[in-house]
Amino acid sequence: MIESILFIVLALLALASAVVAVISKNLVTSIISAGLVSLLASLLYLLMSAPDVAMTEAAIGSSLATIIFFYVLNRIRAKEDSRD
Amino acid sequence: MEITMIAGGVVSLSGSLFLLLGALGVVRMPDLFNRIQAGTKATTLGTMLFLAGIAIAEPSWIPKLLLLILFIIFTNPVSSHVLARSAHHTGIRMSDKTVVDHLAKTTEQRGSESLQGDEQEIAAAKSKGGER
Amino acid sequence: MGNMLFLASALIALVALGVSAIRFFRGPDTLDRVVAFDVITIISISLIAIIGFIMQRSVLIDVALVYALLSFLGVIIIAKYVERGL
Repeated sequence: MIESILFIVLALLALASAVVAVISKNLVTSIISAGLVSLLASLLYLLMSAPDVAMTEAAIGSSLATIIFFYVLNRIRAKEDSRD
Repeated sequence: MEITMIAGGVVSLSGSLFLLLGALGVVRMPDLFNRIQAGTKATTLGTMLFLAGIAIAEPSWIPKLLLLILFIIFTNPVSSHVLARSAHHTGIRMSDKTVVDHLAKTTEQRGSESLQGDEQEIAAAKSKGGER
Repeated sequence: MGNMLFLASALIALVALGVSAIRFFRGPDTLDRVVAFDVITIISISLIAIIGFIMQRSVLIDVALVYALLSFLGVIIIAKYVERGL
């Protein structure tokens, strides 16, 4: 019972944040929204009783991917600043 | 066994109420800095109470939950401090009801006295703190 | 009785998650969304812990620990990027 309620609400939130990640004009907002999708997906994996998959998703999808995205954005911004 | 379940449930329920109040503060507050304050303080206390309730109901999980509580106590204020500092440096506007901004005053003063030595700056900051 | 209290607190934490997601979707500025993301992370850590308690699996506390460690890094990196100090 409680698992179904949690599952439905978390899946709807993940869907809404995926829509925000697609339609947003700001790049930083899109990256944070993609991280939120990974967070909610790892919660869904937990509810499906797969803790190892959830740990991998939380570590790689939500944290390391966000960090690598921001590292690359920072390099691009530094290059554009030096060109001007 | 039942009494520990009920006690842990009451503690956990109060923690979840703190979490709800913190989330409401994040939505309702007029200003980014107020949102950071509401979202950090209430949520830290709420998570601590929540995990303490689980620890009361399930005593064999106490070491891991204690580690988690300690980690949250140490990292949550640090991340909120970094967020507030970044917001202040990028020039986020404060609410109209804000009456005092010590960080802007301090950085302005430091910029005007930058030719003098560091020790004088530190002494000036200390005397300023004493007056306050 | 005791179990019902834990189920109710899980539901209230879920409502708190949804309420802070409103600020995430509405937030006018990027840092507003970062604050909402931080709050959602902390609430989901406690939600992971209570799911582990309800399902009686102690592995999930390890997942919550890993998550707390890595999300802290993520918020620091985003704030440093916005401040241009990475």
